[in-house]
Amino acid sequence: MTLTSPQFKENARAALADTALQRALSKGLGFVERRRLAAERLPEFDALRDAARDIKNHTLAHLDLYLEAYEARLAAAGGKLHYAVTAEEARAIVLDICRTASAKTVTKGKTMIAEEIGLNDFLEHNGIQPVETDLGEYLIQIRHEMPSHIIAPAIHLNKDQVEADFRRVHTHLPKDRNLAEPATLLAEARGVLRERFLAADVGITGANFLVSQTGTSIIVTNEGNGDLTQTLPKVHIVLATIEKLVPTLEDVSTLLRVLARSATGQDMSVYTTLSTGPRRSDDPDGPSEYHVVILDNGRSSMLGGEFEDILRCIRCGACMNYCPVFNAIGGHAYGWVYPGPMGAVLTPALVGVDNGGHLPNASMFCGRCEEVCPVRIPLPRLMRTWREREFERHLSPATVRGGLKFWAFFAKRPALYGIATALASRVLWLFGRSAGRFRRLPFASGWTRHRDFPAPQGATFQAQWRRRRRG
Amino acid sequence: MPQTPRHRVGLLVTCLVDLMRPAIGFAAVKLLEDAGCTVEVPRQSCCGQPAFNSGDRATARELAEQVIAAFERYDYVVVPSGSCGGQVRVHYPELFHGDPNWHPRAQAFAAKTYELVSFLIDVLGVSKVNARYAGTATYHDSCSNLRELGVRAQPRRLLAGVVGLTLVELPDADVCCGFGGTFCVKYPDISNAIVTKKAEAVAATGADTLLAGDLGCLMNIAGKLQRGGRNVHVRHVAEVLAGMADGPAIGEPERRRESTK
Repeated sequence: MTLTSPQFKENARAALADTALQRALSKGLGFVERRRLAAERLPEFDALRDAARDIKNHTLAHLDLYLEAYEARLAAAGGKLHYAVTAEEARAIVLDICRTASAKTVTKGKTMIAEEIGLNDFLEHNGIQPVETDLGEYLIQIRHEMPSHIIAPAIHLNKDQVEADFRRVHTHLPKDRNLAEPATLLAEARGVLRERFLAADVGITGANFLVSQTGTSIIVTNEGNGDLTQTLPKVHIVLATIEKLVPTLEDVSTLLRVLARSATGQDMSVYTTLSTGPRRSDDPDGPSEYHVVILDNGRSSMLGGEFEDILRCIRCGACMNYCPVFNAIGGHAYGWVYPGPMGAVLTPALVGVDNGGHLPNASMFCGRCEEVCPVRIPLPRLMRTWREREFERHLSPATVRGGLKFWAFFAKRPALYGIATALASRVLWLFGRSAGRFRRLPFASGWTRHRDFPAPQGATFQAQWRRRRRG
Repeated sequence: MPQTPRHRVGLLVTCLVDLMRPAIGFAAVKLLEDAGCTVEVPRQSCCGQPAFNSGDRATARELAEQVIAAFERYDYVVVPSGSCGGQVRVHYPELFHGDPNWHPRAQAFAAKTYELVSFLIDVLGVSKVNARYAGTATYHDSCSNLRELGVRAQPRRLLAGVVGLTLVELPDADVCCGFGGTFCVKYPDISNAIVTKKAEAVAATGADTLLAGDLGCLMNIAGKLQRGGRNVHVRHVAEVLAGMADGPAIGEPERRRESTK
C-alpha cells in the first residue's frame, strides 16, 4: 500500500486542480440528504446511537473475553481462527491458505482490511489473481487505484471514465457495444464478474461484525457480490480486525439499525449475510473451509489509551460524507487507506504521526463529523490530541511553532499585548483605510492569495474603551 | 424596568474583535447595557484557542488561567463569538481535567460564560431589540455557535424583530466556511475551495447583507466575496441588533465625511 500522506498538501492541490475529480465530487451520491431523511424517519435514532456507542465501548473494555468466546464458537462451528499481529503476518496467512487450496484466482468482496495490508499486490506477486467483485472495487482495481471512500470506493469517478476503462479492459466484447447508460455498464460488469465467481478457488470477504455469542461473521452489501464470493468457492477467508467483535446478535441488530442509515440513508443494506463456519452436511451450498484472519496491526495498543474511541468506528463513512475538507479534495489526497475524519484519526495510529501528521491538522474542527457519527466518536477531539502528540515531539513545522511562540509571548502579557496590538492595528489601518481592505499582505499570503483581508478600524477596542472610561 | 440588581457582566471581547473590528465590541456593550447590565472590560488578550488547537496545551492552559483569573469576579462573562465562547464553555473544563484546583474553577467559569446573542435571549429573556436595518440579510451559522453552543434559533429570533430587515435562509448554512483559525493559512488551497462554495451560496441568495456571530468566519467570507467582486455587506449580527450598522461593513472603505451642517 503506497503511503502518500506526508505529501498531503501536494495531493490536495492536485485534487483541487483535477477537473474530473471535482466533477465527480460536485455530483456526489446524495448521502448527506439521505442520511438526514433516514434519521428523521426514526424517532429513536439518537437513542440508538447512544446504545451503539455503549455496545462498542463495552466490547472494547472486555475484548479479551469476547475474543475467546468468539474463537470457541467459531471452532465449534468448524471454522479456523488465525491471529495476525502485523500486516505481513496477515498476508502470509492468506497466501498460505490460498496455496494449500492450490488457488489460481481469488474473488474478493469489499474489505478495507485487504487494502490496509496491501493484499491484492501481494497475491499478484505470488502468482494468484485477485478479482474484486464489488463494482466500485472492481473499477478501481482495473484502474490500479486505491479506494477513495470506505463505502463508495469509486466515488471519484465519472460515468465516462468507467466507459473508457471497460472498453480498455474488456477487449473480448464487441467494440461497437453501447455503454452510454449506467445500466449497460452495470450489465457488462455483472456479466464479466459472473464468470470470475464461478472460476474462483478462494473467496475473501471482510466482516462488518464478528459475533462472540455464535461465532458468526456478518457482512452487509448492496450488490450481493459478497454472497457469491463466500458461497461459491471451496474456501472462504474472512478478513477482520479485533474491533469488529460484538457480543450478541441482539447487539448486531442495534448496530445495523444505525449503520446503513448513517452510511447511505437506507433503513437496511440490501444484503445482510451471516456465516458461521463451513458448509454443514445438510447445507445446499457453502465453502468446505472457513477461515477467519483477525488482524491487530497496532490496534490492541490503542485499547485503554487516548485513541481508543476510534476503535468504535463501524465504517459507515458518514464522517467523510459530511466533511467539507473531504468534499473539497476527495479521498485519495489523504494518501492511505482511510480518508476523511475517521482516517485522520486512525491513519496516524497505524502509520505513525510522523507520516500521517497532516491529516489531523487539515481540519477546521467544524464538528459535522462528530455530529453524525453513529457511535459518537469525538473526532475533532481525537484530531486535536494528535496535534498535541505532534507538538510534544516537535514534529509540527518550525514556522507554526515559531509563530505560536511569538504570539504567546505577547498573549501571556496583556499589558504588552495591548501596546503591540494598538500599534499593529494603527499601522494596518493607516495603510488599509482608503480601500478598506488589502489585496496583498506580505505576512499573510496564504490568506491574500485567495481573498481580501479587511483593514482594522483603527484603535483597538480596549484602547478606545479605556479612553472613553477615562474621558 | 427590572427591579432586580443589575448583572455585572465582563465582556470577553475576543482578540479578533479587539484588533480588527471594535465596532462589534461596542455593539455588544450597547446590547448588554440596553438589557440592564453593567459592562466591564478587564485587560485581556486571547482565550488561548489558537494554542489549544495547535496542540500547545501548556500555553492554552496558561492563557485559560489568565482569562479565568481576570473574569471570574463577574456575574457573567459574555463573548461576541461562538468560537471563543465554545473554547471557554466546552474546552476550558476539558483543559483542566483531573486538576482538583483548577477543574472546578474552570467548570464554574464555563457555566457563567455565554455567547452574546444566546445570553440576551436565554439568560436575560430579551425578546426584541430596538433596531432598524434597511436590507435583505442572510445568516451563516458558525460551527462553534451551532454545534458547540447550540445557538441557532436565537439570532434569527432577534433579527426577526429588526424593523426593515428581511431575512432569507442561506442554503447549507450549517456547513463550515473554511476559516478554521490557523487552518486557513496552513491549508490555504483547501480553505479557498470551501469558502468559494460558501461565497457562491451567499451570493445566490440575493441578499445584500451577510450576518454571522463570529468575526473569523465573517472576515473569511467577506474577503472571498470582495475578491470575487460581489457587492454584499458583511457584518457581525450584533452590529445590526444594536442598531449600529451605519459605519462601513467589514472590508469596506471609510466613507468620506459628508458635510452635514
